[in-house]
Amino acid sequence: MKRFFALAALAVALTCGSAQAQNKTIKIGVLSDMSSLYAAIGGPGSVVAAKMAVEDSGVEKKGLKVEILSADHQNKPDIGASIVRHWIDVDHVDAVADTPTSSVALAVNQVVKEKNKVFLISGAGSSDLTGKACSPNSVHWTYDTWALAHGTGKAIVESGKKTWFFLTADYAFGHALERDTAAVVKANGGKVLGTVNVPFPATDFSSFLLQAQASKAQVIGLANAGGDTINAIKQAHEFGIVKGGQSLAGLLVFVTDVHSLGLETSQGLLFTTAYYWDRNDASRNFGKRFAKQHNGAMPTMVQAGVYSSVLAYLKTVAAMGGKADDGKAVMDKMKSKPIDDPLFGKVTIRQDGRAIHDMYLVEVKKPSESKGAWDYLNIRATIPAKEAFRPLNEGGCPLVKG
Amino acid sequence: MERVVDPLTESESTLRAQSGRIAFAIMVAALIVAPFMTYPLFLMQAMCFALFACAFNLLIGYVGLLSFGHALYFGWASYLSAYSAKAWGLPPALAILTGTATAAVCGLVAGALAIRRQGIYFAMITLALAQMMYFFAVQAQFTGGEDGIQAVPRGKLFGFVNLQNEAAMYIVVLVIFLAGFLLIYRIIHSPFGEVLKAIRENETRAISLGYKTERYKLLAFVLSATLAGLAGATKAIVLQLASLTDVNWPMSGEVVLMTLVGGLGTIFGPVVGAFVILVMQYKLAPLGEWVLVIQGAIFVACVLLFRRGIIGELANRLRIREL
Repeated sequence: MKRFFALAALAVALTCGSAQAQNKTIKIGVLSDMSSLYAAIGGPGSVVAAKMAVEDSGVEKKGLKVEILSADHQNKPDIGASIVRHWIDVDHVDAVADTPTSSVALAVNQVVKEKNKVFLISGAGSSDLTGKACSPNSVHWTYDTWALAHGTGKAIVESGKKTWFFLTADYAFGHALERDTAAVVKANGGKVLGTVNVPFPATDFSSFLLQAQASKAQVIGLANAGGDTINAIKQAHEFGIVKGGQSLAGLLVFVTDVHSLGLETSQGLLFTTAYYWDRNDASRNFGKRFAKQHNGAMPTMVQAGVYSSVLAYLKTVAAMGGKADDGKAVMDKMKSKPIDDPLFGKVTIRQDGRAIHDMYLVEVKKPSESKGAWDYLNIRATIPAKEAFRPLNEGGCPLVKG
Repeated sequence: MERVVDPLTESESTLRAQSGRIAFAIMVAALIVAPFMTYPLFLMQAMCFALFACAFNLLIGYVGLLSFGHALYFGWASYLSAYSAKAWGLPPALAILTGTATAAVCGLVAGALAIRRQGIYFAMITLALAQMMYFFAVQAQFTGGEDGIQAVPRGKLFGFVNLQNEAAMYIVVLVIFLAGFLLIYRIIHSPFGEVLKAIRENETRAISLGYKTERYKLLAFVLSATLAGLAGATKAIVLQLASLTDVNWPMSGEVVLMTLVGGLGTIFGPVVGAFVILVMQYKLAPLGEWVLVIQGAIFVACVLLFRRGIIGELANRLRIREL
């Protein structure tokens, strides 16, 4: 009898113990730009995506509680870094997601590494995040500037358009985009006919566009981002550049940019993306569900990336019995085998934190081809995962041996 | 001279002198207790901004010069401090000094050019010079452009105090802040400070009394820039990063906002203003897009309802002439 009680007590203690482990709340902080430049790319939509990932992961049925926090870093690295420190130290957040603006992401990357949590990067583009600044606690899920520049450059040259002219935003970021693209254009037998450095930020592109037009290059590469890209595309439309037979290639363009420009203005624009909602059944299904919860707007690749990275993270944590405290251990587990993702297909995470998946070269449709709202893009080429991202040994990441 | 103007009686005057001291004691006590109540990193950052606002206030509140380019000194000091700590491996004390010295030199050059003009022209010259240096920061290699300088080591103060320890870092920042604050207090209450106030009230008259006002203004400008630099340099070590945010013009605007909300030309006003604005930026962060709207509304309310600022209004209610 005594023995029975002892056993019963032990059993109760064990179930309590495991129940306690199961009851731990996993907290994920979505840190994004909620109010300015990048709010449409990530922002509130990223929070929606993260919440959808929690639903779809099914971990709540397994007894794990998940809480999503969110904050606006206002594009200031010091605010971003302090919010994350506060999240981790006081609110016990286990993972940080999204975070556009490379200066903020690089700052957060440091904090997350120092505190040994997990950083699921989707919104930031800097390829340094898996290069010089790589961290064993981070995954760079969706895209990076290298992938976009390289992918667009290579796919366009292979499609037969060989002569290029660059409009380059005159600062480190613009020059890096131009350098990466020009290299791949030349390597694939293309020719760069000229470049012009445009002061950053610029509103008047007319003289630069005239130079580009006069160069008679087949492709005009826009080595800039955000408002500069939008202004350049608008003015190129006014000059009739695309109608005149030249193509515009955006090196950092999101589907929301096309949405705000309209098809009339942006038709024919070529760029690279990691996700487009109207690609297959899974992406359409996700896109439509997302749009219902987000004022009808389809998800950008950044928001899709937040969804997928949070989903993969939660599944990994659930497989580890809900232990999320050791961020590096979770990350190692995520890296250990390929992930089958509903939106990005087969994803593998490299040693340097780079998530590897297919990318797509897309062209903006003519207004006559579009069947309705958000029907914007034709997929022109699939860039296979192997070629889509910077080779492992070229990034200068200290985690990569040999 | 002060006595002739001062209508207060002797006993009230001592009370007045004490009210400053009492306020200072409250502030020091609050800053010592605060890290146990709230998050120390936030407080350190707030103290850096408070010192920045105090330095700015020295110029606008006591000389009447509206500089719209103080981000230049704050931001460049933080770049040089971060760069010297990271790339040259300087210890934190020397890194902060390097940053501060940079700000002093920038202040001397910008000040010498700007003080030749008054009013809006003065503001525009300071803004133009600051934007020039902002674009330099965007282009230059060593600032890291968009990415900024990240992962700056905090290092060891004087070779043995490990600043990775939050408590040690907090004490260092507190000492720097209080030293800067007291220096500004001393400047304001020195004969030099009296001349500055005379220039603020009536520059022509100060000239007629034989003061070389240009020199006074230049010295005040350099002092203000240097102290702003001290704040920026310290911030770079505390947050371990330097970025374009600190050198861009909205930062120059933010410091004006902090000073206005707290109380222009009051000693404690900028400190209170800096804390109010920073608390807003943090506490409202989860509200997303509402941060800027609320910040704007508070600014409008401040200008319409209590033009003297929080501390200015408080001092007026309590009939304290200086707080």
